[in-house]
Amino acid sequence: MNRVLVLGATSAIAQQVARVYAERGAALFLVARNEQRLSAVADDLRVRGAQVETAVADLDDAAGHEELLARAAPLQIVFLAYGALGDARRTEQSTEAAEAILRTNLSSPLSLLTRAAGRLEAQGNGCIVALSSVAGDRGRASNAVYGAAKAGLSAFLSGLRNRLSRSGVRVITVKPGLVDTPMTVHLPKNRLYSSPERVARDVVRGIDGTAEVIYTPWWWRWVMLVVLVIPERVLKGLSL
Amino acid sequence: MPLESWGRYPKANQAAVPVHWRSDPLPRVHGSLLPFGQGRSYGDCCLNDGGTLLTTGRLDRLIELDADRGLLRCEAGARLGEILAFLLPRGFFLPVVPGTQIVSVGGAVANDIHGKNHFRAGTFGRHVARLELLRSTGERAICSPEENADLFAATVGGLGLTGLITWAELRLRPVQGPFIDGETVPFRSLEEFFALDADSSQRFEYTVAWVDPRPRGLRGLYFRGDHSSRAGKIEARATPTSFPIDLPGFAVSGPTVAAFDVLYYARGRVRAGKRLWRYAPFFFPLDGVGRWNRVYGKRGFLQFQCVVRDEAAVGDLLDRAFASGLRTSLGVLKTFGDVPSPGMLSFPRPGATLSLDFPNRGAETFALVEALEAIVREAGGAIYPAKDARMSPATFAAGYPRLAGFERFVDPAFSSSLWRRVRAA
Repeated sequence: MNRVLVLGATSAIAQQVARVYAERGAALFLVARNEQRLSAVADDLRVRGAQVETAVADLDDAAGHEELLARAAPLQIVFLAYGALGDARRTEQSTEAAEAILRTNLSSPLSLLTRAAGRLEAQGNGCIVALSSVAGDRGRASNAVYGAAKAGLSAFLSGLRNRLSRSGVRVITVKPGLVDTPMTVHLPKNRLYSSPERVARDVVRGIDGTAEVIYTPWWWRWVMLVVLVIPERVLKGLSL
Repeated sequence: MPLESWGRYPKANQAAVPVHWRSDPLPRVHGSLLPFGQGRSYGDCCLNDGGTLLTTGRLDRLIELDADRGLLRCEAGARLGEILAFLLPRGFFLPVVPGTQIVSVGGAVANDIHGKNHFRAGTFGRHVARLELLRSTGERAICSPEENADLFAATVGGLGLTGLITWAELRLRPVQGPFIDGETVPFRSLEEFFALDADSSQRFEYTVAWVDPRPRGLRGLYFRGDHSSRAGKIEARATPTSFPIDLPGFAVSGPTVAAFDVLYYARGRVRAGKRLWRYAPFFFPLDGVGRWNRVYGKRGFLQFQCVVRDEAAVGDLLDRAFASGLRTSLGVLKTFGDVPSPGMLSFPRPGATLSLDFPNRGAETFALVEALEAIVREAGGAIYPAKDARMSPATFAAGYPRLAGFERFVDPAFSSSLWRRVRAA
């Protein structure tokens, strides 16, 4: 497969995934909000060997989704890479801030992927890859709304995977742990952080192989397994 | 993890703000700014104690390859290693590469680095066609030898003090493949080195020597080579294994260094003669082990690199270094040619350039480096800021006569630990 639609192409992880495909000479359709940044990414990928088309769009606005997918057609790999961490404090005080997080991380992906799934199902092949998060595996005091949105996205992807399995369309859920990207630039870094390159390598390997749910780096699967069995009353006492 | 220079001395406390996009303005911070690429400078020229470092690791996009004219435009944080891996399948190489490929383009410009072919190609800065400099006023100046020529001359070798380089356009050299026809020649004295060097620089594009100062004179291995006409492909190597831990301070001491030197020399003798090298081990032997600076432990080490015109001064420096009892490993000796350097503060100038590594043992090491500095000043030479942690303001001023002219171009919002040290009244 050598056509990739990258939704949120200026995200750090998306840029690294796209570089791998550029080196393979893929045809990339890149979508992002910021025109200057998008063009910097597009130039980079062109020089590295990709054929590149771009569209500037705010994907929070679902009104443009259908037209965007029509432009990007025919679809092969659909890589959804955008998301917003938001300010956890603000989401505790304002439902509007919470809804904005839900829109970017859940309703907007849901709208895009539902439409993309329809197209892929009709053609009987293709692959949907979406960045969810380990944060969706269990609610944390420090980030309840983001976690809720990613939990919703993970559940949606899991349902979509089962629905599309009969029509030959793959759905891959990617759950990165802590990644050193602009999204986490304000947070102090520690040894749990990994690079976007590392995450991208796992994503591409997953697409090339038969992955369905990718924890990246791999050990997050075991970390989250432990986190999942901690009883709520114990979790309350931990500051996670 | 706090940012360090490669020598891990001196330590500095500073904020780090990543630059993700070349279109972004400079961040507003308290205190001064300094661009920080890969942290491969040894001393404090890439540190800004009490200020902010603008880290450019993510500013690594390619912008345009003009294969007809042999030009590559890329963002300043792009690493030479990735650029070479990109260029080689397309038939190009960088005209000047240093001893490690884990350096950024911005760092290569700011230190106006040199390679093993200085006597032919001159410095890295000579092959920069243009660059964009983002100043704290918000101005974006396109600089080249023709356009904003003064600002260009200040920025090349300008130690990051003139502003943030956002992108640079590099002139490339065509090559037929990733191999080097190399030759290793053992030698036993300084006279032999200079004779070998005079002959080799006529016949080879790249030359460098490894030297080991010993009580009964010197021994070393002379490496020389040319780009091979042999075509071929080299699979990009995954990241090398990194040195896993900080060794205790005594690990690099007389006996271990002596053992290393004996083994290295013996290996060189066994492999003496001509052979075909892959480009990476020929140019970047130390990149074979990631983070090798951890061998020196947390206190780190000091590298001393100078250039002197007088061949006798090289002998004095080696004698003094050996007499100290602080064993050095991997002394490197090269000669610079007379190709003029483009920067006001460029280090390369005609003469012999010697670099020596010393473990940081505090006062003992500082005294030795000071003694070496005195020999260099006496000989009318200069010390390389990219390797320096100790030189005095007087030595700096004596080695860089265009300093006064340079100062006018320093961006008032930019500074560095080295700059404050060498400009101290």
